[in-house]
Amino acid sequence: MKKKKISYAKYGYIFSLPFVITFCIFTLYPIIFTVILGFTDFKGLGNVTWHFLDNPFQNFEAILTAPTFKTALGNTFMIWGWNFLPQILLALLLAAIFTNVRNKVKGQGFFKVVFYMPNIITAATVAILFGALFGYPMGPMNDLFTTMGWSDAPIHFLQNKWIARGVVSFIQFWMWYGYTMIVLISGILGINPELYEAADIDGATTVQQFFYVTIPNLRTVLIYTLVTSLIGGLTMFDIPNLLVTKSGPNNATLTTSVFIYNQAFSGSYMYNRASAASIIMFVLISILSAIVFMLMQDKSEVAEKKELKRIEKEMKQAAKKGGTL
Amino acid sequence: MNKKVRRANPVVMTIIYILCIILAIMSVMPFVIMIINSTRSTTEIQQHAISLIPSTYLMKNFAVLTGKSFNPVKGFINSIIVATGATACTVYFSTLTAYALVVYKWKLRDGFFTFIMAVMMIPSQVVSIGFYQFMYKIHLTNNFLPLILPAIAAPTVVFFMRQFMLPSLHIDIINSARIDGAKEFYTFNRIVLPIMKPAIATQAIFAFVTSWNRLFEPMILLTKQELYTMPMMVSLLKGDIYKTEFGSIYLGLTLTVLPLFIVYFLLSKYIIAGVALGGVKG
Repeated sequence: MKKKKISYAKYGYIFSLPFVITFCIFTLYPIIFTVILGFTDFKGLGNVTWHFLDNPFQNFEAILTAPTFKTALGNTFMIWGWNFLPQILLALLLAAIFTNVRNKVKGQGFFKVVFYMPNIITAATVAILFGALFGYPMGPMNDLFTTMGWSDAPIHFLQNKWIARGVVSFIQFWMWYGYTMIVLISGILGINPELYEAADIDGATTVQQFFYVTIPNLRTVLIYTLVTSLIGGLTMFDIPNLLVTKSGPNNATLTTSVFIYNQAFSGSYMYNRASAASIIMFVLISILSAIVFMLMQDKSEVAEKKELKRIEKEMKQAAKKGGTL
Repeated sequence: MNKKVRRANPVVMTIIYILCIILAIMSVMPFVIMIINSTRSTTEIQQHAISLIPSTYLMKNFAVLTGKSFNPVKGFINSIIVATGATACTVYFSTLTAYALVVYKWKLRDGFFTFIMAVMMIPSQVVSIGFYQFMYKIHLTNNFLPLILPAIAAPTVVFFMRQFMLPSLHIDIINSARIDGAKEFYTFNRIVLPIMKPAIATQAIFAFVTSWNRLFEPMILLTKQELYTMPMMVSLLKGDIYKTEFGSIYLGLTLTVLPLFIVYFLLSKYIIAGVALGGVKG
């Protein structure tokens, strides 16, 4: 019987077509359009005409020299940093505790469910809820402070710029440490258990095992967590936008995403400036992600190369020995 | 063998439990205050904003809440439409794209996969101005389509589906379907989709919650109040109209969170497992 060979390759193209078309329409084209608008005089609600500027980088210069943009950028990094550091430390600690075979914590399932819960709640709701909790003069926080005798008069918490920023950081921390913990737990469970057995036989303590076995083997998961958190942090919008009105005192909680939104959708509707700011953020995020990837990966690659060389050398020496014997 | 199992230190264990309980209270407390305060009157809240005893003003708060611009039913329906549409698009087309990547051998396949990995991390907010202007031009603002259709291209979900499909889908099954005369598209819908059910269920939950919680895109695209999604309805509570109606504000917040709580406590096992699975992809 003669077998007719059919090529199914075309279906590969056909089945990935919806993805490609959608991506081109809703992501690629908007990116290009945003870049173009960054070089134009396009502003005003309902306006549809625009011209390229004589000085093509005028918008970029305007954004980069604007003090509010600098404030926004500083706030964004500050708020992200204050949330990320305690978040990753606590998540690591909890992950280490929950994966420890010796000290089995009871009710782990329950704790995981409860710690992760804030993550699925609408960020907009969380922002307004915390705004109410820290409300002035009679929010629950003020109730707690006066009942406990920590303060005589109600405090206008969110009118203090450091507290306002701190609360945004805290909310981010509170919403995300459970997620990070679960990701790290699954990372730790993926580490070869023989490594721990070997460390046990060598008499390593739990703390030593954490620093010499767990942390080095978690590298890829930690890179992933750092990069996703960084991107999320640099595009943070809902919470700083809704926690306090008008970004708080002295623009204390103004983040770059809120800045872009305000440029484009309020005041004089400066789409060109907002586009320029978006492109700046896009480039910044790409550069930072690339740096993180390179820094973290180079190290392991360098180590691998070293290890390879060492093995090669040993093999050569062994071969030599073998030769002389 | 006399392997000695080192016993847990009781002091350390006590500290661990205390830490876990404090964190659990920290997670739950804001929501407890929210739910209880939604049953209390504004005067009660002003006297003591923290209370663990519910009061009887739930219906009154509801009347005040819905008497103004906040419309929980409308917001709920709009959010259901958007989130269901986006979820269906995401899981169906991501599985289809993953299928194209796993089953067929085509020239651009590896390049396409690298491309998906590269665009996985593009945050949607940095392309929002071009997106908004484009939608404005083709008259799709105040329409749900620009909130639903982009979900067809979900790089992270494609990645997840591919990872899941590689070990669980055997080419023999597809080949035998082909011998039986099944068309490729039919094979995908009738044979591959059922095999992928567990992965689809997990990703559907996340796609739904993500879409439900989204604020930025609806905020720039929707200006008509009858189209507001739940998070946008919530942002109305921030405005001046509810300024001192504390009980109603808490009730409004509770109503927006209620569906999520129900989904979460019914499916928490799968959600936690899904987070753990998604995390190792890095």
